[in-house]
Amino acid sequence: MSLKKLCSLMLAITMLSTFVIGCSSTASKVGVDKPLRFGQLAEPESLDPRLATGQPEMQFLLQMYEGLTTYDANNNAVPAAAEKWDVSPDGLTYTFHIRKEAKWSNGDPVTAQDFEYAWRTLLSPELGSRYAEMLFYVKNGEAYNSGKAKAEDVGVKAIDDNTLEVTLQEPTPYFPQLTACYSYFPVHKKTAEADPNWASDPKTMVTNGPFTLTNWVHNEKAEFVKNENYWDASKVKSKKLEFAIVENNTTRVSLFENDQVDITLDPPPSEIERLLSEKKAVIEPQLAIYYYDFNVNKAPFDNPKVRKAFTLAIDRDAIVSKVTRESQKPAAAFVPFGLPDMEQGSDFRKAGGDFYKDNDIETAKKLLAEAGYPDGKGLPPITLTYNTHEGHKAIAEAIQEMWKKNLGVQVELENQEWKVFIKSRAAGDYQVARDGWIGDFPDPLTFLSLLTSNNGNNNSHWKNPQFDQLIKQAKTTSDPAARIKIMHDAEKLLMDEMPVMPIYHYTVAYMIKPNVKGLVHTVTDYIYFKEAYVE
Amino acid sequence: MLQYVSKRALSMVLVLYIVITATFLLMHSIPGGPFTTEKQLTPEVLRNINARYHLDDPLWKQYIDYMGNILKFDLGPSFKYQDRTVNNIIADGFPVSIQLGTFAVLLAVPFGISAGILASLRHNRPLDYIVMSSSTLGISIPSFILASFLIYFFAFKIKLFPAAMWNGFSYMILPGISLAALPMAVVARLTRSGMLEVLSQDFIRTAKAKGVGKGLIIYRHALKNSLIPVVTYVGPMTAGILTGSFVVESIFNIPGLGRYFVTSIYNRDYTVILGITIFYSALIVIFNFLVDIAYVFLDPRISLDKKGDS
Repeated sequence: MSLKKLCSLMLAITMLSTFVIGCSSTASKVGVDKPLRFGQLAEPESLDPRLATGQPEMQFLLQMYEGLTTYDANNNAVPAAAEKWDVSPDGLTYTFHIRKEAKWSNGDPVTAQDFEYAWRTLLSPELGSRYAEMLFYVKNGEAYNSGKAKAEDVGVKAIDDNTLEVTLQEPTPYFPQLTACYSYFPVHKKTAEADPNWASDPKTMVTNGPFTLTNWVHNEKAEFVKNENYWDASKVKSKKLEFAIVENNTTRVSLFENDQVDITLDPPPSEIERLLSEKKAVIEPQLAIYYYDFNVNKAPFDNPKVRKAFTLAIDRDAIVSKVTRESQKPAAAFVPFGLPDMEQGSDFRKAGGDFYKDNDIETAKKLLAEAGYPDGKGLPPITLTYNTHEGHKAIAEAIQEMWKKNLGVQVELENQEWKVFIKSRAAGDYQVARDGWIGDFPDPLTFLSLLTSNNGNNNSHWKNPQFDQLIKQAKTTSDPAARIKIMHDAEKLLMDEMPVMPIYHYTVAYMIKPNVKGLVHTVTDYIYFKEAYVE
Repeated sequence: MLQYVSKRALSMVLVLYIVITATFLLMHSIPGGPFTTEKQLTPEVLRNINARYHLDDPLWKQYIDYMGNILKFDLGPSFKYQDRTVNNIIADGFPVSIQLGTFAVLLAVPFGISAGILASLRHNRPLDYIVMSSSTLGISIPSFILASFLIYFFAFKIKLFPAAMWNGFSYMILPGISLAALPMAVVARLTRSGMLEVLSQDFIRTAKAKGVGKGLIIYRHALKNSLIPVVTYVGPMTAGILTGSFVVESIFNIPGLGRYFVTSIYNRDYTVILGITIFYSALIVIFNFLVDIAYVFLDPRISLDKKGDS
C-alpha cells in the first residue's frame, strides 16, 4: 500500500467531507491580535541563513530576517536593511548604506560587520554551506570556498558600521535582486561567534526581521511574535504568526477546511479543480519550467532535427488541460512568464514570443524525415526516464502515446527512485529525462545560464561556445536594453538547437481565506507576512 | 536465571552489532548520497561538505569512528536537519511516539483480551461471530483507511475531534484508535484461540468437577495459560507501536519518530537511518527479552535455564 493510494483515498474522503460541511465561513471582525496561521510545507533544514537551501527554510527566514534589499509585490528589489546603494561606473562595486535605525531583535544595531561576517563565513570551506554557490558572484567567493584565496580576499568589506562595500567578480546588474535572497541575510556576529549552536533554539536566535521565532516544535509547529525592535515595526500588522508544519498535502487541505490554518500551499493536484470552484484556492504563475532533457551525446538525439521533431510532436495543451489540470501554461520557449523586459511593465516571455507551434505534427514529421528517419523508421528504441511520482508518470505516458501516434516511435518508460534518478541524469545515463527548474531570482539568466557548457545542472550536456559567449555577455553588460536583447538572442539559439524540450510553465496553487490581507507573494514564490493580517 | 540473563545480554549485543554493520553497508551501497540534490553542487562545495561530515574518509574508517561514537551513545549529526543531532531527533520524537503508543497499547491489549475471552466463552454463538468478524476487519483494513474514515466522521461530520496536529489529549484519540485497531484484533484472535484450546483440556474439566467457580477457572486456570501466544505477540508489537508509525503520524501530522524511518531513507540521511534503526532494534531486542522473562511467570513449566528448575 503506497502513499499514493493513501493520498487518493484521503482525497476522496476530504472531497466527500466538504460536501457534508459545505462552505462554512465565519467572517467576524477581529483585529490584528488574531494570529495569522500558515500551513507550512515541511520542516526547515536549518534556520541559520548560511546553511538554508530550500523553500521550507525560506518561508521561515523571510519572516525572521531582512537582507539589504527585499522584494515588493511587483518583484522589484527595494531597500530594506540598506536604505540605498551606489554602483560604480564599471558595475563592479556596490556600496550599500545600512540604515542607522536597523536593529536586531536584542536591540543591537544591524551593522555592516554583521553582513561581512555572514557572507565570509558562508563562503568558508569549514562551514561546508550547500548554497555557497549563491555567493560566488562576490569577488573571490569561489576562490575562497575552494581554498584558493583567503577570507580577507573576499569582496565584501565593512567600511564602517553603516557602509558595506561589495566587489563583484563580474558586473551583475541583478545583484540588488540577489541580496534579497536568504543566503545574503546577515548573521548577528557576536551571537554566532559565541555559540556555534545558536541557530538550533529560538531562545538563542538573534534576528533582524519583522518577526521573532518564539517556539519551534520540530515537524509540528512554530510560533512567531512581532519584533518590536524591527526598524519598520509600524508597518507590521499581525502580532503573532503560527505555522503548522505539515508535509502531507491532503492533511494540509484538511486543516484548511477544518479552519485550523488561514493560508497553505500546494494542495494535491487532483483537488485543485474542486478548491478553485469553491473559491478556496488561487493560482498564480510561478517562475518555473517543466521540461525534458535530450541526451545530445547519444544517437539519435545528437541530431538537432530529431530533437526538434520530438519537441513539436507533443500536444502541450492536452497535457495541461487533461493530464496535469493545474492551469499551467503550455511552453513554447524556455524562459517562463513573469520577468520584466526592456520597458516598464513588459514581459520577457511575451516580448520573446513563441519559438514553435504546439502539436505541429506536419513539421515534426518533415524534420524527422530530413534527419533520415521517415515515419520513425530506423530510429533506435527510445527510453524516457523519470523519477517515481504519479504526476511525472501520467505526463510521461501521455507523451509516450503522442510520440507513438505522431511520429511512429516506440518509447519505453523507465522510472527511478529520486536520488538514483538525479545521479543517472547528471551522469548522462539516459536518452530522454524529465527535468524542471525553479528560478532563484527574477531575471531570465536564472534559466538561460542553466544550459551553459560548464553548468552542473546542464543535464542535456549540450555544449555551445556561442551560447556560452552570449550568457557571459548578459552577465556583464550593464546597459539593461542591450542585456535583454542578448538574452533574447541566447534563447533563440537555444530553441534552434533544442537540447531541452519545454513542456509547461508551472503555476503555484495556494489556499487562502478571503479575510487574509496584505500578503506579498513574489513570482519567485517568496511569501512575506510582514504586512499581512487576518481581518 | 542470572546465567540466562547474562547469556541473553551477550546475544543482544551481538544482534545489535550485526544490525548496525549490515545497515551501515547497505546504506552506503544505495546509489545517491545525502548531498545528491536536484540543484547540483559544485565539486568544491561538495568537497567542503564531505570534509565537514568526514564522508571523505575511507569507509572502514567511517565505520570504526561510528562504532566508537556509538559506545559513547553519540549517534552523530543529521545531514538533512543541519542544526540537529540524531540524539536530538530521538529525544524530540520518541516521547511523542511513546505517549501515542502507550495510549494505543492501552486500547489494544485490555480490549483485545476481553473481547477474546468473551468470544471464547460464547464459542460459535452470535457474540463470538461479532468479535471474530470485527477482528477480521481490524486485521484487513489498513490503518490509513481507518484513519481517513475516522477523520471524515469524527472531525468533519460530528466535529468531535481535530482533523490533525498534536496539542493535547483530544488530538490523541483518532490516531490512537487508528494505531490500535490492528493489534487489538490480533490480540483478540490469539486470546480466543488460546482460551478455546485451554478450556478443552483435562485440568479444566477436573477443576469444574471439583466445583471451582467459573470466574476462578477462567482467571486462574484458563487465561494465564492462554496468554502465552498473546505475550509473544505483544512484546515486539509494543516496540513497534512505541517507535511510531509512518502512515498514522503523517496523516495526523504527529511529530513522532515514525516518520523518520521512511523519510531518512529518501533523504539518504545516513546518521538518522542508522541511529533510528539501532534504536528500534534495541527496543525490539529488549522487549523480546522481557517477553521471555514473562513466560516464566505465566507458565511454571517454562524454565529459562537449561538445567535445574525455577
